[in-house]
Amino acid sequence: MTNSRKNRLKDKGFEYLGVACSLFGLVVLAIFIGDILADGLSRIDWDFLKSLPSRKPEKAGIFTAWTGSLWILVFTTIIAFPLAVSAGIYLEEYGGNGRWSSLLEVNISNLAGVPSIIYGLLGLEIFVRIFKMGNSVLAGAFALALLILPIIIVATREAIRTVPPSIRAASYALGATKWQTIWNQVLPASMGGIFTGVILAISRAVGETAPLIIVGALAYVPFAPSSPMDEFTVMPIQIFNWVSRPQHGFTVNAAAAIIILLLITFVMNGIAVYLRNKWQKKINW
Amino acid sequence: MKMDNHILESKSVNVYYDDMHALKNISMKLEANSVTALIGPSGCGKSTFLRVFNRMNDYIEAFRMDGEVLMEGKNIYHKKMQVDELRKSIGMVFQKPNPFPKSIFENVAYGLKIQGIKDKEFIQNRVEKSLQQAALWDEVKSDLNKSALALSGGQQQRLCIARALAVEPRVLLMDEPTSALDPISTAKVEELINELKQNYTIVIVTHNMQQASRLSDYTAFFYMGDLIEFGKTEEIFRNPKVERTQNYITGRFG
Repeated sequence: MTNSRKNRLKDKGFEYLGVACSLFGLVVLAIFIGDILADGLSRIDWDFLKSLPSRKPEKAGIFTAWTGSLWILVFTTIIAFPLAVSAGIYLEEYGGNGRWSSLLEVNISNLAGVPSIIYGLLGLEIFVRIFKMGNSVLAGAFALALLILPIIIVATREAIRTVPPSIRAASYALGATKWQTIWNQVLPASMGGIFTGVILAISRAVGETAPLIIVGALAYVPFAPSSPMDEFTVMPIQIFNWVSRPQHGFTVNAAAAIIILLLITFVMNGIAVYLRNKWQKKINW
Repeated sequence: MKMDNHILESKSVNVYYDDMHALKNISMKLEANSVTALIGPSGCGKSTFLRVFNRMNDYIEAFRMDGEVLMEGKNIYHKKMQVDELRKSIGMVFQKPNPFPKSIFENVAYGLKIQGIKDKEFIQNRVEKSLQQAALWDEVKSDLNKSALALSGGQQQRLCIARALAVEPRVLLMDEPTSALDPISTAKVEELINELKQNYTIVIVTHNMQQASRLSDYTAFFYMGDLIEFGKTEEIFRNPKVERTQNYITGRFG
């Protein structure tokens, strides 16, 4: 066999290997989704979405779970968005390269790697006990906000970094202050990237279970929360609870709830992709 | 032309980027309502010198400067100098057109809005006037709300000039404003500069010798951070005193 033929074979071989690797994850996901759909799709109807939890699987629904998730999401976003975006702006625009900002930077990267259950413990101690929020939506939202803070900070910084220096220069040269430049030019131009990061972070938060269990989300909540101080449950906890029940009916319920949870995540990712594309089209440096 | 009407003056200005001595002891007086061209080979310090006047070098971390730069007798590097105020009277046009990713109107109005001006009619009038001064009004008057990024390169550069004019500066710094433009757009911008010098003091960095001789009243030749020769453009081009200037403008090196 000639050398060049061998090289071509290797080339092809690597290509096929690459395809196989890329397909691996997809195939597993497809099998999983297919399985879940087969189990749970027939269980989904309006009643399932509107019903409160029940001991009888055919009567039980996910109303408290998805409303709880929604409450958590809204408050997590309200808390995390301004904090993370401001921190990102500070680090990128004001932080400079000093020791202080590199210390902050390292710590934020570390935060991103902290296991989520630790955030739960932190939330339990600080928000539930010290700030006396109790096992409330608010305490859960604060714990999750901490969890997604680093993700949004990193996304914000990256988005800000894509704004070309020439735009800042133009703004400064017209007599704009630093803050005016950030507010009027840098932020609008990087909003697409920031929103994308926020939505990806939130779709991570919507699937989190561990920190919320520790903060005190309950497996059984008879009513949907009506204020941020109410007790709550969320979709993943409801699913976990159902999966651990012996009756077959609850397994079906769990599958149905998983479909809904996946749907929420897919929709949110879809929005993120849409925002990113829309922004890229609009701003064409 | 009177020689005592100086608006800008640099006094023994030295600029360093870390260890690199980028400008060496530059003293120069710039005549009001005239065009001064800064010429010289790449890396000679002419753009750095231009940016000394509106303190745009301040954003470069390695930048250090000593000496004084006076605008109408006031040291613009004084501690009490408000940089944003300074830049309202010294506008700048960059090498590559850099319109904001906003509408044409918003681009021109930006300088006014950041000053806190809210009077819509005032802004409207100033936007129209600036676009007319920049010879762009007739081309864009029907679509002021269109994105500035949809304009051609030449139009974008004239928009950037209009944007700088809208805050009514006294001085306009131009850093190779036509180097990214085609010949027709270049001609338009040059024509514009010729008209603007009635009311503005213009300092222009250019690599184009013809442009310098066509446009400017004064020419300064920089080489390796030194100001080699500075004087009336006619004299510099017809009868340079230093051989190196002669060699550069006749294209023997560059």
